[in-house]
Amino acid sequence: MSENGKSLVLSGSGVTKIFGSGAKKVVAVNKVDFEFHEKELVSIVGESGSGKTTLVKMLLGLISVTEGDIYFMGEKRDIRSRRQKKEYWKGIQAIFQDPFSSYNMFHKIDSVLLDCINMRGGRSLPRPKKIEMITEACSFVNLKYAELTNKYPFELSGGQQQRLMIARIFLLKPKILLADEPTSMIDACSRATILDMLLGLRNETGMMIIFVTHDIGLAYYISDSVYIMERGRFVESGKADAVILSPSAEYTKRLINDVPKIHSPWDFTKAAEGASV
Amino acid sequence: MKNSLAQVFKSGKFLVGFSIIVAIVLAIIVYPLLVPGNPLEMIGVGTFFKPGTYISAYDAVNSRSFYTLNLTDAAAKRVASKLSDADREVMLEWFTLFFEENPGDVDLEEMDINDTQTLVTLWWETYDPSIRFDSMTSAKRKYIARVDAQLEGILEDADVIIAAENDDGTLSQSSVILGTDYVNVSDIASVRILPLGTDNFGRDVLKQMISACRTSLLIGLIAGTIATLIGLVLGLLSGYVGGIVDDVIMFVTNLFTVIPSFVLLILISFSIGQEQRGARVVAVVIGVTSWVWTTRSVRAQVVSLRNRDHVNLSKLSGHSLVRILIMDILPYIASYVIMAFILQVCSGILAEAQLSMLGLGPKTTQVPTLGLMMYWAMAYAAHINGAWWAYFPIVILIAIISFSLNLMNTGLDQVFNPQLRD
Repeated sequence: MSENGKSLVLSGSGVTKIFGSGAKKVVAVNKVDFEFHEKELVSIVGESGSGKTTLVKMLLGLISVTEGDIYFMGEKRDIRSRRQKKEYWKGIQAIFQDPFSSYNMFHKIDSVLLDCINMRGGRSLPRPKKIEMITEACSFVNLKYAELTNKYPFELSGGQQQRLMIARIFLLKPKILLADEPTSMIDACSRATILDMLLGLRNETGMMIIFVTHDIGLAYYISDSVYIMERGRFVESGKADAVILSPSAEYTKRLINDVPKIHSPWDFTKAAEGASV
Repeated sequence: MKNSLAQVFKSGKFLVGFSIIVAIVLAIIVYPLLVPGNPLEMIGVGTFFKPGTYISAYDAVNSRSFYTLNLTDAAAKRVASKLSDADREVMLEWFTLFFEENPGDVDLEEMDINDTQTLVTLWWETYDPSIRFDSMTSAKRKYIARVDAQLEGILEDADVIIAAENDDGTLSQSSVILGTDYVNVSDIASVRILPLGTDNFGRDVLKQMISACRTSLLIGLIAGTIATLIGLVLGLLSGYVGGIVDDVIMFVTNLFTVIPSFVLLILISFSIGQEQRGARVVAVVIGVTSWVWTTRSVRAQVVSLRNRDHVNLSKLSGHSLVRILIMDILPYIASYVIMAFILQVCSGILAEAQLSMLGLGPKTTQVPTLGLMMYWAMAYAAHINGAWWAYFPIVILIAIISFSLNLMNTGLDQVFNPQLRD
C-alpha cells in the first residue's frame, strides 16, 4: 500500500486495450501493471506507436478499458455516470502534446480558464475574484492576463499556449497530472521553461505527475521512477537511476544508445543496427 | 467568424451565385408591388396568348383623339401582316407546281416571298381552285383554299365605318376610321402588357411565375431546413456517441439510403391525398425523405473530430454532451453544414418540380409553383402548340436557381476547403 510512507494514488493491474476485432485486431496496450505514488514524478518512455497515448487516454477515462482494473486513491475506479466522471476529472487532469489543437479555436482564452474555476465549484464567485484567480494563474506561468484577455488561442505562440495549459492546471490543482509529451511540439528554448514550470507547479501543489515522453534523456533528468514501454507492454520499470544507468532490457539499452550526445560523433552504424532490431 | 465571412464574399463564384439569388428574391418582393393582383386570376379567355402588349380595341376605336400620320410603308405593312410566313411558303410551293406544268417567264428562284405585292398579284393571276396536282395532299389543298379566302380584299384600302344602333334598331354611321388614323397608346384607358403571354387557363405567365418562384423557394427552404436539422442531429449523435447509438442510427440511415428517396417521396405524397397536400406539406415530406446524405457526411466529420484534443479538453473540463456537441464540434463543421444546406434547398426545389410534373405536387388550385406550371404546360401540350412562353421561362428559371445555388456552394467549398484554395 505504501512505499517510503507515500500512499498509492493510481495503480492498475492487467490493463489492456484492444482496438477492432478479428483480423483487424490491434492490441495497443497489453496487460500492463503499474503503481503510481503520491507526489511522485513518473515517466513513461517509449517510441511512437508503443501505446503511450492509449494508456494515457485510458488513465484519463476518455476511452474504455478492454480488460483489467484501474484503482484511483486505493479504490477501484468507477466512472460510468457523468457525475462520477466529473468528480474523477477534478482529481486527474492532462496536458496534451499539441498545444495548437488543444484549444477550441472558436472560444476566447478567458472561457478556458473560467471553466476551470467553475469546475472547482467557483461558479458563484464574484467576477473580480475570478479575474484575480486567473491573473494569479497566468503570472505563475509568466503570462500577463491583461494581454491575453479577449484573445483567441491561435493568436498565441506554441510556447505561450502550452504555458496557458499549465495555468489551467494551476487553477484546477488536480492530484494527478498526465503530461502527454508536453514539450515535443515546442522549440528547445521554451522546452526548459515549460519543464521548470511543471516542476514548480509540482512543488507548489504537491501533485503527482505522469510524464509521457519518447526522450529517455529528459525522463532521466526529471523523474523519480521510469516505465519503459514497448509494443503495449512495460518491459522495464523502477527508479530512474536504476533503469537508466544499469538497463536490463534490450529495448532500454537501445533507447539510451539512440540519445544523441553533443561531445561525441554520431555513430551511424550503431543507429542502423538499432533500427534493424 | 468575421474573417471567414469576408473571405466568403471575396470568392467570385459565391458572389455571382449570391447576387443572382438576391436579384431573384428582390424580383419576388418588388414585382407584386408593381403589378398587384391575384397571380392565378384567369384574365384571358382562351389558351396560350402570345407574349406582347394587349391594347383594348374597343378603347382604341372609341378614342376621342385620332392623329393623322402619313407613313408611306403603313399600307404595305398592313398587307404583309395578314400573311404569315407559313402562308407564303405554301403559296410558293403552289407556284412551283403550277409552273412545272405551265412553263412561263416567271423566275421563281429570284422571287422574294416577303414582297407581298408581287406575291399576291401573281397569285391572283395563276390560282385556280379547280386545278389539282397529284403530288399535293387534300389537306394542303384545303389549306391553300383558306389562304386564298384570306387574300380577299387584301390590297383594298377602304376606310372602316363605325356604325351605332339607333333607337329604332337601324344602324347609322357614327364615325369613319381612315387608314392614316392613329391613336396614342397613352390615351387608351386599358392596356395590359403580358411579357410572357398567358398559359392554358388564360393566366398571366410572368406574374404567375414570380409567385411560383416565391413558393418554390419557400418549399426549398423548408425542405432544406428540415433535412439539415434531422441530418445534423442524427449525424452528431451517431458520430460522437458511437457504440449502439451509432449502430442504430446508421442502420436506419442505410435503410433509407437503399430505398431511393424519390420513390419514398412519391409514395408518401400519394398516400397523403390531394386534399391535404398544400405547399408546406409537400415541403415537409421532401425534407423528411432527404436527410440521409447529410447524416452520413456529418457523422463522418464528427468521427474525425471526436478524438481531437480540444474535445478531450472540453470533456476534462466537465462539459456535458450537448455542450460539447454544440460548442466544440458544431463550429468546426458549420461551414460544411451550410454547404449541405444550400444543396438541400436546391434539391428540394427540384424535387417539388419533379413531384408536380407527376401530378403529386401541392394542391393545384391554391398556389402556383414552378413544378405545377410545368405540369399544366405539359398537360395542355404547350410544346406542341408552339407556346414556348408557357414552359421555357420556367425551365430557365429553375436552371438559374439551381445553377446559382450550386455556384454558391462551389464558392464556399473553395473558401473552406484548403485543398481547393488557389
